[in-house]
Amino acid sequence: MLTLSHISKTFNPGTVNEKRALTDLSLHLEPGSFVTIIGSNGAGKSTLFNAIAGSFFVDSGSILVDGQDVTFMPEYKRAKQMGRLFQDPMRGSAPGMTIEENLALAAGSGGWFSHMTGGDRARFRDQLALLGMGLEDRMKQPVGLLSGGQRQALTLLMATMHPPKLLLLDEHTAALDPGTAEKVLNITKDVVAQHHITTLMVTHNMKNALELGDRTLMMDGGRIVLDVQGEERKGMTVSDLLERFRAGAGKELDNDRILLSE
Amino acid sequence: MDLALVQTALELGLICSLTVLALFLSYTMLNVCDLSTDGCFTLGAAVGAVVAISGHPFLAIAAAMGAGVCSGFITALLQTKMGVDSLLAGIIVNTGLYSINIAVMSGSSLLNMNQTDTVFTMVRDALEGTPLAGQYRLVVAAVAVALVVAFLSLFLNTRLGLAIRATGNNPDMVRSSSINPAFTTVVGLCVANAFTGLSGCLLAQSQRSADVNIGTGMVTIALASLLIGGTVLGRGGIFTRACGVVLGSFIFRLVYTIALRFDMPAFMLKLVSSIIVVLAISGPYLKSRWPMIRRRLTYRSTAGKGGGEQC
Repeated sequence: MLTLSHISKTFNPGTVNEKRALTDLSLHLEPGSFVTIIGSNGAGKSTLFNAIAGSFFVDSGSILVDGQDVTFMPEYKRAKQMGRLFQDPMRGSAPGMTIEENLALAAGSGGWFSHMTGGDRARFRDQLALLGMGLEDRMKQPVGLLSGGQRQALTLLMATMHPPKLLLLDEHTAALDPGTAEKVLNITKDVVAQHHITTLMVTHNMKNALELGDRTLMMDGGRIVLDVQGEERKGMTVSDLLERFRAGAGKELDNDRILLSE
Repeated sequence: MDLALVQTALELGLICSLTVLALFLSYTMLNVCDLSTDGCFTLGAAVGAVVAISGHPFLAIAAAMGAGVCSGFITALLQTKMGVDSLLAGIIVNTGLYSINIAVMSGSSLLNMNQTDTVFTMVRDALEGTPLAGQYRLVVAAVAVALVVAFLSLFLNTRLGLAIRATGNNPDMVRSSSINPAFTTVVGLCVANAFTGLSGCLLAQSQRSADVNIGTGMVTIALASLLIGGTVLGRGGIFTRACGVVLGSFIFRLVYTIALRFDMPAFMLKLVSSIIVVLAISGPYLKSRWPMIRRRLTYRSTAGKGGGEQC
């Protein structure tokens, strides 16, 4: 579904602030796979997502989504095939517009001059009800009034309204309180399983990284230093993972937010 | 207060409210402060006057709006595709338009329409003998405003309209909805400037002359009206808010007309509008800072009493 071949990205080339954020990184994802990514601070996790989503173009290498070369496709065009959630729950929705207006824009059905219909509203209402947050009764309220968890759940709904080929989750529960984080994570699992969406999820929760999905990547210094899946991954514990990271990266995992256990 | 004054305020308020509605789209919705408004207003007046003088008063309106679209397109192109800051783009276009406006008026800085058929004279003739005969200016202005308000409340709820609103609110989200924010900015500014052009065209036709300074300061006057409107009717749907904007424009003109009655010289209009804009924008800011300012003042005075200089 996603094939990255030898992509590299250097920020501020030729200056003292030069930073090699991605170094000759290759990755292939099978359709329907759910991959979790962990790594140190500055390992290049978010840069990898920015490269895939098209926030910038890579310096070298190519990016294929479902066989289509998107290496130089602008971000807004790639968005047709990708959904993306950020750590900041405020980034995914427009606060000054109502819940239904946000959903209508994400749904993107009809032409430029189409209006929201009663049918659209009924559909939005059903989908909001599935979140179990009572948002279906607040559809005329501005999104700015929602809590972080509610906004993140709404963003997830917006991102998956037309099931994308690829879902990029960049620590999307990290800014939420533990209870809400779990709720949003459960909704994520349901949505991904329901539509068989190929998913990449960055997390700082080591336990989640091993429990969720079917493959775990560890990144360091702009490279993938560890890639575990299948039988090998099944019996793995957090300490095994850390041990393997040390072996792969040649140093301790260093992340000030990392959660080693619950 | 005599009724004629209220009527003048209402006429001017309505005609200028078209520019305020333009800023409602560009400033409030798209979050772009379009400083080309002054020049675009004059452009609409000049183009409208030239076409009207050539004998086509209704075509003048379409031409003025078309000229507005072109001006908005260039402003938008500069800021979305050519790396010019959005404020600077407006200023640059505004400066360039000064020359263009004089060129449109064949090198003169004033066009007289005393002998010209305008939309207003035609409506006046049509209304002759009806009870509305004396209010022909009001009728034209009200119809134009009603059409623009109706258009905006429909347009801003279409998918394109939602995308334009989201562009001003959260461009990231527009991109993730597979819409190019550059495209929505271009469309939004083109539509907004069409209204600015229309506004200029109608003002010139109603006062039967267009001069190159007709639009000077219009952006500040319109912003003042917009902010007054936002205080009066700032919440609710697009239709309510658009009506609030028109009301704001009328209130602004009324206050100004009353001030004129109290012997305020006419040249004070622009200073008054500047002060209103400053009050409307910095008022809420200073209000939110006030508790902290007061605390600091009382802290200083009590600390002073306790002896010893505080830095």
